[in-house]
Order: sequence, then structure tokens, then C-alpha cells
Amino acid sequence: MEDIILNRLGYPILSITIFLPLAGALLISLLRNAYAIRWTALLTTFATLVVSLPLYIHFDKTTYKMQFVESYPWIPAWNLNYTVGVDGISILFVLLSALIGMLCVLASWKAIQEKVKLFYMAILLMETAMTGVFAAMDLFLFYILWEAMLVPMFLLIGIWGGSNRVYAAIKFVLFTLAGSVLMLVGIIALYYAGGGTFDILALAKAHYPVNLQIWLFLAFFAAFAVKVPMFPLHTWLPDAHTEAPTAGSVILAGILLKMGAYGFLRFSMPMFPDAVKIFFMPMLILSLIAIVYGAFVTLMQKDIKRLIAYSSVSHMGFVTLGLFSLNQTGMEGGIFQMINHGIVTGALFTCIGVIYERTHTRIIEDYGGLARAVPIFTVFFTIFALAGSGFPGTNSFMGEFLILSGAFKTKMAMGAISIMGVILGVAYMVWLYYRIFLFDVNPKVKEHLRDMGMREALMLVPLVFLVFYLGMQPSVLISYMQASVQHLLDRFGAGGQEITAVKGIIEVLK
Amino acid sequence: MEKITSITPLLTIAVSVAATFLIILTGQKRPNLREFWSVAAGVVKFLLVASMVPAVLDGKTIEYTLFHLMPGIDIKFRADAFGILFALGASFLWIVTTFYSIGYMRPLNEHSQTRYFSCFAIALSTTMGVAFSANLFTLFLFYEGLTIITYPLVSHKELPESKVGARKYAIYLLGAAKAFLVAAIILTYNLAGTLEFTKGGLFPDAAKAAHPVLISVLFLLYLFGFAKCAVMPLHGWLPAAMVAPTPVSALLHAVAVVKTGVFSVLRVIFFVFGTDLLKNIGADNYAIFFASFTIVMASVIAISRDNLKARLAYSTISQLSYIVLGGALLTTSGMIGGIIHITNHAFAKITLFFCAGSIYVSAHKTEISQLSGIGRKMPWTMAAFAIGALGMIGVPSAGGFITKWYLLVGALERESLTVLMVLLISTMLNASYFVPIVYKAFFEKAEDDHHHHHEEIKENPMLVAPLFLCAVISVILGFYPDLIINFANLIIK
Repeated sequence: MEDIILNRLGYPILSITIFLPLAGALLISLLRNAYAIRWTALLTTFATLVVSLPLYIHFDKTTYKMQFVESYPWIPAWNLNYTVGVDGISILFVLLSALIGMLCVLASWKAIQEKVKLFYMAILLMETAMTGVFAAMDLFLFYILWEAMLVPMFLLIGIWGGSNRVYAAIKFVLFTLAGSVLMLVGIIALYYAGGGTFDILALAKAHYPVNLQIWLFLAFFAAFAVKVPMFPLHTWLPDAHTEAPTAGSVILAGILLKMGAYGFLRFSMPMFPDAVKIFFMPMLILSLIAIVYGAFVTLMQKDIKRLIAYSSVSHMGFVTLGLFSLNQTGMEGGIFQMINHGIVTGALFTCIGVIYERTHTRIIEDYGGLARAVPIFTVFFTIFALAGSGFPGTNSFMGEFLILSGAFKTKMAMGAISIMGVILGVAYMVWLYYRIFLFDVNPKVKEHLRDMGMREALMLVPLVFLVFYLGMQPSVLISYMQASVQHLLDRFGAGGQEITAVKGIIEVLK
Repeated sequence: MEKITSITPLLTIAVSVAATFLIILTGQKRPNLREFWSVAAGVVKFLLVASMVPAVLDGKTIEYTLFHLMPGIDIKFRADAFGILFALGASFLWIVTTFYSIGYMRPLNEHSQTRYFSCFAIALSTTMGVAFSANLFTLFLFYEGLTIITYPLVSHKELPESKVGARKYAIYLLGAAKAFLVAAIILTYNLAGTLEFTKGGLFPDAAKAAHPVLISVLFLLYLFGFAKCAVMPLHGWLPAAMVAPTPVSALLHAVAVVKTGVFSVLRVIFFVFGTDLLKNIGADNYAIFFASFTIVMASVIAISRDNLKARLAYSTISQLSYIVLGGALLTTSGMIGGIIHITNHAFAKITLFFCAGSIYVSAHKTEISQLSGIGRKMPWTMAAFAIGALGMIGVPSAGGFITKWYLLVGALERESLTVLMVLLISTMLNASYFVPIVYKAFFEKAEDDHHHHHEEIKENPMLVAPLFLCAVISVILGFYPDLIINFANLIIK
């Protein structure tokens, strides 16, 4: 047990953080008044955030070890335990989940008027599942929570979504299920290969034959690549994001997309290092395709929400590019960028939700001149659009900087190609801004335009702060992950990446 | 070199941001108070910059670190001789331009003046930021900020042609910065592990030896990434940006924006690469080639332009490359010539733009062919124009002459016949597109014009005073060049 630090806080802080939203959901199930339900949900998410704060204060940044670990036997016959803990990587996502959870409740305050109870229960259940996925140290627990997210997300899209919601919801579930079934096969294989344990740390320490690693890598890849989403498995994303209600889009963009990349960090890299060394080049190429192709498709969108959705494909391409650069800078940049993308894209979806509530249109052509009509909204959107396009001084720029720095170190050409994504990133964002904010107000929406209210401004102010704070002080987050990333890289050793993907696959087929 | 830690460089940036809030709060209803904030901020800014001059001339630098982002990357400010020289000119001319703007905007009843003055104030903040950046990261931050905040100024008139012009402006500047600068900065960071400006270059010897080709490529990335310096073929945004109101063209496209571009290029030549390194890898030749080409080509195009502001725009493109050329000559005199031309060109060119604006406000003329005999109606304006034009051509007694002298000596020191020829040809071209304007204004009779009655033309003192002041200063700089040569010596020492 030298790899973990047990929770010394005297109370099970991680379990409380995970299950507090669940308790809130149960409480809501007893309430009838929509007003009471909203406030209960808000207070629950706020309490969750507050409860989790000691995690960040007492976290020991100098070590890669799992901290605040709690472990209870669950099904002893299978050697199955309820074990949760956080290291320098997952702790950031626990924080992000708490933030995004609260944002979701606030963003849907007025937008959701039907089946309010079910809606907020779904949001809170999502939060429990999300936090649990990031804190899980047991593979089986991880898998259960991973699958548990599907149901509330399906409901969110399918019930409160846009006109094409059922199609989008089913597409989302089918894609995700297909991926996770393969992961389940991988998990079972891993269970036997690793000596009959679901303990993630134990599994990560074992060394598996290269053949097995390759198969397992591919099985897990199926699940994670769908979630990220990596090209060519990204097609569910624009539909799901566009049709989902604001809160659903925020959760999708803010957290769900991060789970795939987190999966690579938690499972693929430490458990199958040899396979990663074989597959890192194809992964980088897929990332580059996602970056450039995603950006081109983004450029052509006519629907604001779809545009932001497609931009996620490109942005997540940067994330995986950073992660599979397999050096300290690139990986730190990738993880940092995940948090940034969660904040910025979450904020952009919230902004779109704000304006959609008034105009009930998402078509770019219906807008124009918003800068004149709704100046406060414009200020917020401008900041997030600049952040989204990687403007220096914002958090995304630092993330991009680190990722590109890592990519240039790995392969000069990789960096050069991804620069194209950077330019296109500015292009689609500036063009979107140009079309909906500048010049004359479009008469189609003119009469519906009202500027932002207090609630709407207040929910975005903390995010504005984070955009600039993380842009100027990235070390605040990076200092958490440094030791963990270093430990992860040690798994790859100093040896070169001499095996190519083709050779690796031939070896397996032999 | 002695370092002083002081917040003054940051204050020069903060003062006009503060002014912006006051400008917006005061608003359209009380224009006099609103413009007072601009003037007050300009004066305070200029005094703050001036207060740093004695220490800097003494060989000290004034530093302030705002944020530490990660090893080798800070938000850090440093006032050295180069930054001070640039900031002095820009902050002084902001005061002058504010007065001129009042005289320009009010008679024309321009709309959205609050937006105009507040964006102007922030543009000056970002210019100070560029001047006092201590590293590439900070410089890039303010460089990009300047692009964004000047967009509303360029598209101010909100006419269809301003949309097109402003779009071109944004695409060129943002595109070049993202395409070339981001990559260049990241690669520099990867090679050197730091972005801090260092006299003589920041690359460690090992990196210099191992990656000569990469460093040459980096240099080109910087040269074109800083598209604000308008080296061909990335010059197209500058004429397009002439759709802006004239005071914007004057301050931004003769002083703040374009000078930010050349300032950054010289900063990179002296403080990122270092003259020795550039000489060794031969990258200076590329810069000289592109700059020489731009000097001649832009002048040739200028001759063909009848629109006064368009001709001035191409003249600017040509003159900016003098500065790049001076830096790239890598000889003492050449570099001094490049550095002092930042100031010399600023005062002369702003005079010319001011004159163009004055002609537009008083006589509603924009084309050179319409200017026959206008010198009699607007004697002060056209006299100042003549002085500015002499500076551009480089006639003795004007500041521009000093520049040309140093550049010519620099070319001789480098023993480059080509550069010498380029400078001489360009002087003739300069004369051929400026002298006809002056001749037309003073010596040609006004044509019978049914639409415009020359009797009505009156010069506006609010416009003439600032433009004449600038003309006078540009002559003073010709008589007392030591004022700025002292700075230049400190920079390249």
C-alpha cells in the first residue's frame, strides 16, 4: 500500500463529495414545488463545491500518490472493493465537475419549465456519477459509474432537447454503448490477466505481454475515443450537443468529453505503455485530423450551437495531441486544456442558452448587431470567444502553448500542421462573432432582445475570473498534476519509440 | 546593468485603461469632460514615461514583474532605452492626436465618439505594453490586444467599404500572428527555455550550433508574423485600413500600430537573435532582400495612387521597411538609422496624415488631382505638408535626412552596393510622389470647380495647431538629432 495516502481528514470527504448530489436528488424526489426544487438543487451543488474545497487545500502536490483514499469491501468473492481516491490529475476533474454542476443548475433556472423535478434529479445524478468516475480507484466501480451516466444524459437530451432530440439521444447512447461494451470485454480480460483484481493501481503496476497490451489498448480505445471524441468517431457529438438543453450541452462539453481523455491517462497509458508506444503515432495523426478537419467543418456551420459543438472536436484534438506527445509539457498542456475547454465551452454554451431563451433561434443568419442591442451579454461572449480562439492572456492560450510546445518537441511536422488548426480556430470564432455581434441589429430578433439579468451575469462572472486567472497563473493547476504526469511518463522509460504501429500489428497477427 | 524595480512602466499602461472607464462613464452627453479624460491621461502617461528617462539614459533599466506563469514565461515589464524612445513618441503624439480628433470629429458630426475615444485610449495602453514588454510572451499579449482594440476604430464609419477594409485588417494581422508568431514563440521557447529579451540574443550556444536552419526559419516567421511592419507581401492590410477616420490613420497607422510592428521586429533582431547570430547564419540577407523590395515596390505603387491617404499609406509601407532594413544591416550606423527612423518617420508622417484630414474637413477633398491651388486657401496646412514631405524625401534639415545619412553610411559599412542603390532610387521615388503634391497646391491655379467654392474653405485652428506642432518637431529632430541618437547608442551599445 505504498502508492496511496489514506484519507486523514477524519471524515470521508470524497464519498461525501460524490454522494451529496445523490442525496440532493433523493430530497428533490420528495418535493413538489418547482421553486423549492430549484433552490434545493442549487444549494446541493453549492454545498458539494464547498465540501470538496478541503481536497484542494490539503492535497500534497509533491507526490504522484493517490490521496484521500477510502476503501471498503464490496463483493469480497470477486475481490471487489469500493475504493476512491484522487491524484494530481483526477483532483482537477473533481473540481471541474463541481463547478460545472453548479453552472448547469443556474443555466437552466428559467429555461426548464416542464418536468422540473425529473430534470434536476437527472442533473444531480449526473454529478454523482461524474465525480465518482474521476475518483474511482476500482475498475468495476469505474465501469458502473461510467455506464450510469448514460441514463440521465439520455433523459436530458431526449426529454428537454430540441426538435430532433430523440434521434440525437439514441445516437449518443448507441455510440457510447458500442464503445463501452468493448471496454467491458477489456475489463474482464484485464481482471484475469492482472491476477483477479479490479484495483486500478495494482493493475497499472503489472506488466502484460505486448500482444495482450495491444488488444486491450484497442478495446479501451473504442470506449475512450468515442467519448473524447476522436475522429472518425465524433459524429454523435454535434447532434447530441445541438439538441441537448443548455445544461446538457454544458455537461457534455465540460465533463463527458474529458472522460475519454481521462481514460487514456488513467488506464491506457499506465497499463499498456508498450501499446501506447506503438500506437502513439496513429493517435497523433488522428488528433491532427480532428484538429484540422474539425475546424474546417466548424467554419461552415450555420447553427451557433452546432458551431461550438464542432469546435469541441477540434479542441479535443489538441488535447489528445498534447497527451500523446508523451512528454511532460505536452501532457500537462493536454490536461490543462481539458479544464480550460470545460470552462470556456461550458460558458459559451451557457451564453448561447441565454440568448436562445429570448429569441428561440440558433441560426446565425437570424442574428446581427447584438453588440449594440445587448452590451452586457456582448462583453461576456467576447471574453469567452477570445478565450475559445486562444487569445493570449486567456487560459486556452496557455494550454495551446504547452500542447504545441510538446508537439513540436515530439515531431516538428506535427506542430506545424496543428498551427493550421490554431489559425482556423481564430477564423471560425471571429467570423461567428462578426456575423452575430457586429453591424445592424437583425429585425427578426430585435424585439426579443433583452440584456442579461443578474442571475445570468452572476453565473458567468466566476468563469470570466477563471479564464483570466488560469491564463495568468497556469501554475495553480499545473502544480497539482506535475508529479502525477512525471510518474506516468516514467512508465514509458527512456527507451525510444522504435516499434511502429504496423510492425506491432503484424506481431500480434503472428 | 543596474536594475530598478518600479511599477512605473505598468502605470503607463494602466493610466489610459482608467481613462477608458471615465470616458465611457462620462459618455456622449458631456463631450468636453469626456475629451478632457483623454488629454489628462495622455499628459499623465507622457510624464510617467518622461520620468523614467533620466534613469534610463543613466544606463539603468526599470523592471516590474506582474505574474510568473511558468519557468521562463512571465508577464514582465522593462523600460529600457528602446522602449522609452518608442513610448515617448507614442504618448506625446497621443495628446496631439486627441486635440486633433476633437477638431476632426466634431465638425463632421461623427457618430459613436465615446466608443472612438475609449478604444483609442486602450490602443495606447497596448502600445505602451508592447514598448515596455520584457519578454516575447508579454509582447505578444499586447501586440494581439492592439489588433483587437483597433478593429472598432478602423471600421468606425460602419460603411460597406469600412467593413471590407476592417475585415482585411483583422484577417491579415490576426492570421499572420497566429500562423507565424505563435509557432515562432513556441519554438523559441523550446530551443531557449526562456522568452526573456536579452541583449545579444537569448539562444544558448548549444542551440545556436545545433539548429542554424531552424533559427533562420524562426527569423522569417518573426519578420512576417509581425505583419504590422507591413513588409511585402503582407502589406495589404495597411492601405485597406485607410477607411478609418483620418486621426486613426494618423496615430495608429503612422505611429502606434505600424511602429509596434517594426519595433517588435527590431526588438527581436537585437534582443532575441542578437546581431552576431544573425550575421553567422546569414538570415540578415533575407530581411534586407524583403525590406529593399518593399521600399522600392511600395514607392512605385504610391506614385500611381491619386487618393491622398492611399498614397500616404504606400509611402508608410515603404518607410517602415527603412526601419527593418536599418536593423537588418547589422552595422552600427545602419542600426542607429533604423532606430531613429521610428521617431523621425512618426513625426513627419503624422503631419502628413493630419494635413490630409485637415484638407478633408475644410475642403472635402480626398484626391490629389483636386488639390490644385489649395495652398493659397490652406497655407498653414500645406506648408506643414511640405515640411513633412521634405522629411519623407530626406532633404537636409529634416529629421528624415539624418535617417538617410545613417542608413547610407550603414550600407557603405556593409559594403553593399545594392542597398546603396535601393536607398538612392527610393529617394528619387519619394520625391516624385511628394513634390507634385506640393507643387500642385502652391503653384497650380485652381480649376473651375462648380461643386466646390474655394472661397468657403477655411482652416480649422483645432486641426492646424496640432499638425503644425508636429511639423515643427520633425524639423527640430533634424537640427538636434542627438536627442534620439543618444537613445539609439544606448540600445545598440
